[in-house]
Amino acid sequence: MTHYEAVIGLEVHAQLSTKSKLFASSSTESGAPANTHTDPVTLGLPGCLPVLNRQVVDYAIKLGLATNCKIRRHSTFERKHYFYPDLPKGYQISQYAEPLCEHGYLDVLLDQESFRVGITRIHLEEDAGKSIHLDHDQSSIVDLNRAGVPLVEIVSEPDIRTSLQAGAYMRELRKIVRYLGVCDGNMEQGSLRCDANVSVRPVGESKLGTKVEIKNLNSFRFVEKALDFEIARQIEVLQHGGEIVQETRLWDEAKSATKSMRSKEMAEDYRYFPDPDLPPLVVETDWIDRIAQDLPELPSQVEKRFVLDYGIEPSVAQALASERAYVDYLEEVAESISNYTLIANWMNTLLFALLNRQNIEFADLGISPQNFAELLKLIESDTISGAIGKKVFEEMFTSGESASQIVKRQGLEQISDTGELQAAIEEVIASSEEQVQQWKDGKEKVWSFFVGQVMKKTKGKANPQVVNQLLRELLDKE
Amino acid sequence: MSELLKLSACQMRQGLISGDFSSTELTQAHLDQITRTNSQLNSFLKVTEESALELAKNADQLLKKSGDMSPPLTGIPIAVKDMLLTKDVTTTCASRILENFIPPYDATAVKLVKDAGAVILGKTNLDEFAMGSSNENSAFGPVRNPWDLDRVPGGSSGGSAASLASGQAPLALGTDTGGSIRQPASFTGTCGLKPTYGRVSRYGAVAFASSLDQIGPMARCIQDLALLLSAIAGYDPKDSTSLNVEVPDYLKSLDSAQILAKSGLRIGIPREYFEVGIAPDIEKPIRSAIAKLESLGATLVDISLPTSRHALAVYYILAPAEASSNLARYDGVRYGHRATNPQNLSDMYERTRQEGFGDEVKRRILIGNYVLSTGYYDAYYRKAQQVRTLIIEDFSKAFSSDCDIIVAPAAPTTAFKLGEKTVCPMEMYLADIFTIPVNLAGLPALSLPCGRDRNGLPVGLQMIAPPLKETTLLQAAYLLEQELTFPSTHCI
Repeated sequence: MTHYEAVIGLEVHAQLSTKSKLFASSSTESGAPANTHTDPVTLGLPGCLPVLNRQVVDYAIKLGLATNCKIRRHSTFERKHYFYPDLPKGYQISQYAEPLCEHGYLDVLLDQESFRVGITRIHLEEDAGKSIHLDHDQSSIVDLNRAGVPLVEIVSEPDIRTSLQAGAYMRELRKIVRYLGVCDGNMEQGSLRCDANVSVRPVGESKLGTKVEIKNLNSFRFVEKALDFEIARQIEVLQHGGEIVQETRLWDEAKSATKSMRSKEMAEDYRYFPDPDLPPLVVETDWIDRIAQDLPELPSQVEKRFVLDYGIEPSVAQALASERAYVDYLEEVAESISNYTLIANWMNTLLFALLNRQNIEFADLGISPQNFAELLKLIESDTISGAIGKKVFEEMFTSGESASQIVKRQGLEQISDTGELQAAIEEVIASSEEQVQQWKDGKEKVWSFFVGQVMKKTKGKANPQVVNQLLRELLDKE
Repeated sequence: MSELLKLSACQMRQGLISGDFSSTELTQAHLDQITRTNSQLNSFLKVTEESALELAKNADQLLKKSGDMSPPLTGIPIAVKDMLLTKDVTTTCASRILENFIPPYDATAVKLVKDAGAVILGKTNLDEFAMGSSNENSAFGPVRNPWDLDRVPGGSSGGSAASLASGQAPLALGTDTGGSIRQPASFTGTCGLKPTYGRVSRYGAVAFASSLDQIGPMARCIQDLALLLSAIAGYDPKDSTSLNVEVPDYLKSLDSAQILAKSGLRIGIPREYFEVGIAPDIEKPIRSAIAKLESLGATLVDISLPTSRHALAVYYILAPAEASSNLARYDGVRYGHRATNPQNLSDMYERTRQEGFGDEVKRRILIGNYVLSTGYYDAYYRKAQQVRTLIIEDFSKAFSSDCDIIVAPAAPTTAFKLGEKTVCPMEMYLADIFTIPVNLAGLPALSLPCGRDRNGLPVGLQMIAPPLKETTLLQAAYLLEQELTFPSTHCI
């Protein structure tokens, strides 16, 4: 039986979060009432002319540098023509023959193994408006707020082989655009969009099979599921002696399948030609250098630094490096307490768990790095136990007080005094004849009973290490 | 006809400052002339009488207060080609598809003339979307030449040219993509200038062919061209093709025109432009004008612009290509005409554009789509752009080594009769054979009247200068104009 491998390339569109549009002065902010972020250029009024928003180029160069691309010194804008109500000018200003960035790559980690995905090109283009179809009325309405919003299109080489690789690549891209501050990476809201091109071929074959384009993938999960389905579908077709039709398919989440789009009568001829209203974009080396200088550390560099310099465990490092905000928080905490592994571990468990439980964003945590650092210092110095520390943290979230305020107010300091603890242990032993007998009989499991009782007696404040040591001593004496 | 109507704009300026007459009088006189003559000429599509008189009133107050410190066009009437957006005043491009379109903003050039204090009389007729050489392609009827009502005024700025020649306005704004200012100027015995590409902002000028279009001044004498050009030239950040170069005082520069002749002005005579079949009636006044320039001290130089013979073909590939793209926005969705009771989206698009566009516009859209389409792009569009480079180089070489100004006829004929060239589009296209190369090269050029043919119809001489040398152009034209006698208007 022939074994097949999948060949996948992804085309990702990212909405750049500049204040105004690519060629027009209107705002790019989402959520405004329909057709309020418009101006003559956005509306495609007669006589309007495009003017390039240079901040968009800054953002695109940042992304190009972060993905190891060559930035073209000279790139051009071209008009891509088609008729649709949400395309006001009847053409989209894009880049075709000469894109801004080319020939880059991204190294992606999947299960701690790195694979490289080539980046063919990154180019600038305008977004279209939104069409909403009203079934009850057989009509459509158009909102042009989104028309002219700047997009970058990131085209990968067909270097991806599995759906999981595709998901990992998408996640890494999302991390990077958020780190750079050029895009908020929100797939549900459409600021990050993915189309996949997938074909299969017999293992060992170097020629590419017929590729199918899949659209409407607006989450990482959908990307992975759609690819799994499509790869299996194509293999089955070929195994039954059929041929793959080159077409565009949509992911149907309800049916968990890709389905063919209604085929158009003719292929679109976009009649590309250089836009005569825009001179060529010239990017001199000093422009690139300025951006390179201000380029923030990338997620992969942060992960490496965390692991090598701070000795943080790789999976914890990855979790912390997944958002710029976490890294910044950690670094700020580290200004007060330099125990990186402690910070990393407690952020990874305590902090993320809280965010999940409360279903809130990191930005809404409400616990300053200084306060978090203070809590960690109390734990590190054994002033409070880890278990108490967890409770204090919850209290910090709900009350907004600092750790030391809470510890003081509730008298939560850890009891490490051997005299006090010995007394407590002796009391427990004295009132637990049955369990003591079990211990003497060799039942190791009863240990946790004693520990639990001591904790109860000391209201959880007993220093676990001291308890363990003393308890063993005293039990052995029995 | 009131004597006021015969004055040049510069003379009107003097008269207004001296208090010889008011702007209100001046404006009313012009409005009366329009009322008297527009039904015959059809030069104005819209007359903004009320606002004109309001502006004239304000101008009179400003003139009283500031005199010659007032902005340079204060109180002077001007006609605006209906291809330029005027806020709150319909702008139709002489097309049904924009018949009721009211723009929410002014073109930069319009705003500038308003800021300069001019009194806008209304919007003038043109060939639909500036596509034509006779003003017979308007959806609202042709314009007639004041010199002979059976003849065309030229196009596409026919309405503006006719308004000047008939005394309806002393100044007008036109647009020139392949000769649309210069050729009608020559047909109507008026003056018209197309600036260097990028000298005047295109923001708010409805786009026909983006790499060729320019707004330019039209008037009855060279001084007036200089006056109006100064008002509209300059950098505009809203136009990415606008040149960020200082604007000289063109009017003042005419004072030193004499120096130009004495300093050995070299005039290039391109042999290819005289080999083509020009009527002898045209060649005579042109040769005579050139001889006058020589007698003033200029040197004549024989030059060759060999690639100019391909200019018409190049133009009729590039201009329609850009037009097909620029006119894609007229789809009935957001503004303009929309077909009624469409069955579906395709039906709406097809019927809207079918009903809204005239034949010549459709013709050029079809050509444009063809030359941009896959499989034909390289053979047509790309090839045409490459030949365009050679045309540019021809001029460049001539200007850098041989001459300061190039002269040629503005048109191969004088004003032809209505209907004479509408049967075969190619015949009409040939009308622009001398003006088109200039747009392809982005050079400044003007036309001024230099004589008449045996029927008494005006003949125009074209002068072409290197990029951004409007000063030299105007000075040379001014020198010649002083030597020629030509009635400034034709009364009807």
